[in-house]
Amino acid sequence: MQNTFELLIKAFEYNFIRDALLVGVLVAISCSMLGTFLVLRKLSLIGDGLAHVSFAGVAIAMLTAQSPLLIGIPLVTAASLLILKLHEKTNIHGDAAIGLVSSMAIAIGVMISSLSGGYNVDLFSYLFGSLLVISRVDLMLSVVLAVSVVVAIIWLYPKLFAMTYDEEYAKIIGINVKHMNYLLSVLTAITIALGIRIVGTMLISSMIIFPAITALQLTSSFKSTLVIAVMTAVSSVIIGVLASFVFNLPSGATIVLINGLFFGVAYLYRKLIQQN
Amino acid sequence: MNKPLVNVKNIGVNYGKQSIIKNLSFQVEKGDYVGIVGSNGSGKTTLVKVLLGLLAPTEGSVEFLYDNKTSIGYLPQRTLVNDQFFPAQVEEIVETGLMGSQEGKLMKRKDKQIRVKETLKLLNMDEFMKRKIGTLSIGQQQRVLLARALVSRPDLLILDEPTSALDPKIREDFYEMLHHLHLAHEVTILQVSHDVTSMDKYMNKILLMGFDEIIFGDYQTLKNSHSGHIHGLVDSAAEVLR
Repeated sequence: MQNTFELLIKAFEYNFIRDALLVGVLVAISCSMLGTFLVLRKLSLIGDGLAHVSFAGVAIAMLTAQSPLLIGIPLVTAASLLILKLHEKTNIHGDAAIGLVSSMAIAIGVMISSLSGGYNVDLFSYLFGSLLVISRVDLMLSVVLAVSVVVAIIWLYPKLFAMTYDEEYAKIIGINVKHMNYLLSVLTAITIALGIRIVGTMLISSMIIFPAITALQLTSSFKSTLVIAVMTAVSSVIIGVLASFVFNLPSGATIVLINGLFFGVAYLYRKLIQQN
Repeated sequence: MNKPLVNVKNIGVNYGKQSIIKNLSFQVEKGDYVGIVGSNGSGKTTLVKVLLGLLAPTEGSVEFLYDNKTSIGYLPQRTLVNDQFFPAQVEEIVETGLMGSQEGKLMKRKDKQIRVKETLKLLNMDEFMKRKIGTLSIGQQQRVLLARALVSRPDLLILDEPTSALDPKIREDFYEMLHHLHLAHEVTILQVSHDVTSMDKYMNKILLMGFDEIIFGDYQTLKNSHSGHIHGLVDSAAEVLR
């Protein structure tokens, strides 16, 4: 027990842990805030689809020896806009457009990684998250972008809330719902690209979905849902990052399992309250 | 003669090659309670979309007394919240109604809260301010959405079949409330309805939209009409009223 406690204290002496916590907490705040809107608008699948696209970004970055963040952000953003355009301009439904773009991106990612010598440790760490893959440049970029995403959500909160509750009414009161949808997609794309460092491309969508559905078990107002979602996500990342260091576990999977645990507890709590 | 609040002049609306509304003209004066009745597919909801600015007429024009500053409150046809988990309190939803008006955009936080409370009180819903919308009955949810439509104190209130999901007792209560708003608070109302029984009792003007013809006037004008389609609607209304 003492050994665990000592390791926990020691964790903060390492730069990579401090960096992972900083980026992780910022990504957790962005993911959970965006996730609340996406889940309630039944768009949580877009997070999953864009996470798959980020895999192609990582594969291209490996091939060209570039930062995955510099390749990933424009690529995932372009994919998010493509999904919206496909839905708007063709008769393809939103979920089908997401499936179409994400599966194509995975196929391209697999093809590129195969050409560049197959799967290696680096690629694996981006698939499932790793604490060791954050460079200084990426750290700065992550902080700036994550803070921008959070500021944008807070600034646009009244409009996002109005269109989440009733899209038709939002149009009537003068909100440009189309532009807001584009903005929401771009913010999601940036957040996903940032989050793959900590949680990995395969698990990042859980950072969007879990905190929101956990908060929905407990709250009655929209603002308190956002606050509880953020608290859940941040707690999951802090506990997950530290636990993965102390017990030598994969960071992404640990964070997701803790998120799952929070959801289970919240669900049981709600059931208990309902019964009483 | 005073300029009307809304002046619809010879509008037509086409969806592709199909004509939904043809050559429709009518005027809504301040203080009117206008009912829009007609069969399914006669263009009632299309007309509402035109009035709300969601759809541009293919021909003709719609003029408002204060041009684009004429504020409109809107109560949609359906009850929106069928998901009891949607995490929104009544006051949060009503407050969104202020986002559409210039006055609302400039209001301070505290003033918004006061206005929301006043509006909910007007509809006897102030005790539900902090309640989650999905936990309310259909009738109560309808009142919340009416409060959202009224909170900006609009020049015109448009209701799209607001009573279709309500049982007869709640429907009557709802009409009484609208009647009170119309008379005591001089709210100008334009209401799409299948509920022809309410026409004579509450509305001073009726726009009857048939597939071949359109009649606009008071209830007596409609009763004197020789239109078979329209006569059917009026007769059925009169039958129930009797």
